[in-house]
Amino acid sequence: MVTSITSFGRSGLYDWMVQRVTAVVLLAYTIFMIGYLLFNSDMDYMQWKSLFECTSMRIFSLLALLSMAAHAWIGLWSVSTDYIKPTGIRFVVQSGCGLLTFIYVVWGIQILWGV
Amino acid sequence: MLVSVYRYNPETDDAPYMQDIHIDIPGGKDIMVLDLLQLLKDKDTSLGYRRSCREGVCGSDGMNMNGKNGLACVTALSQVVVDDKLVLRPLPGLPVIRDLVVDMSQFYKQYEKIKPFLINDTPAPPMERLQSPEEREELDGLYECILCACCTTACPSFWWNPDKFVGPSGLLQAYRFLADSRDTATRERLAELDDPFSVFRCHGIMNCVSVCPKGLNPTKAIGKIRNMLIQQAT
Repeated sequence: MVTSITSFGRSGLYDWMVQRVTAVVLLAYTIFMIGYLLFNSDMDYMQWKSLFECTSMRIFSLLALLSMAAHAWIGLWSVSTDYIKPTGIRFVVQSGCGLLTFIYVVWGIQILWGV
Repeated sequence: MLVSVYRYNPETDDAPYMQDIHIDIPGGKDIMVLDLLQLLKDKDTSLGYRRSCREGVCGSDGMNMNGKNGLACVTALSQVVVDDKLVLRPLPGLPVIRDLVVDMSQFYKQYEKIKPFLINDTPAPPMERLQSPEEREELDGLYECILCACCTTACPSFWWNPDKFVGPSGLLQAYRFLADSRDTATRERLAELDDPFSVFRCHGIMNCVSVCPKGLNPTKAIGKIRNMLIQQAT
């Protein structure tokens, strides 16, 4: 067994499962958004605002946001372990990705609840 | 025809280079790449390559022919030559010892990791451990692997992480023992594979399937290992 302390859930199976489940959530969110925009082509700002004021939409959006964060982290972690061989540089890049992901999550929550 | 061969002798060359050799095939026959290598060696005796059984059983002469891995002894020129030109390189991703000969240590280390032998902690029967025909059938498509390394060295995941990712050949063998009804170490074997690298670095691009000279399917075996891990963990 290869030990790894920087992967999302330590277990390969866990990371694999999280990446697939989050992909399904992101697909569902994308289809919903495209469908909503197609069926409401004459939408104005008030309708857009009321959509995101709805609690169920906030839950769905937050779920998509957290899914994106987990999905992106697992993906970028894989890419960085493939291509960046010096441990120090890899750790700095991974820390940067982690920090950026955290900022996006906090920022996303602020936007969602700031509507 | 023109043959471009990868040449490198660490004792005399500073860096590897490609040697272009024009050669006429006697009688214009569709010979195997290994026969062509013998013709080249007759011209230049310093050329180094491995070969043994010359019939696709020993797995010694795995090499990269016009960009695709395969066994030189069972690959006819008509299968690989394009525009009367053939480029021969050693298997990619492994250190070159000389010319077309690679150091397979890393490949064998990964093979060793998966414990390629039956583990059974129950008392041995007086004669032998029997299998039903159905149980034996489970090993078809797995036991035929000859460890030529064509698949593993065609896999980018192995190129990037040869020390961590077991590789298609090792994983095909891992499943060969997981699928064996006589083996009792399934749980321990699976526990050894559940990390982000050993199995899960496979992204299913199927280079292994496209190059296997025995027509085996390591991607399918990896999928079955993954399913076993899921079933055990959920």
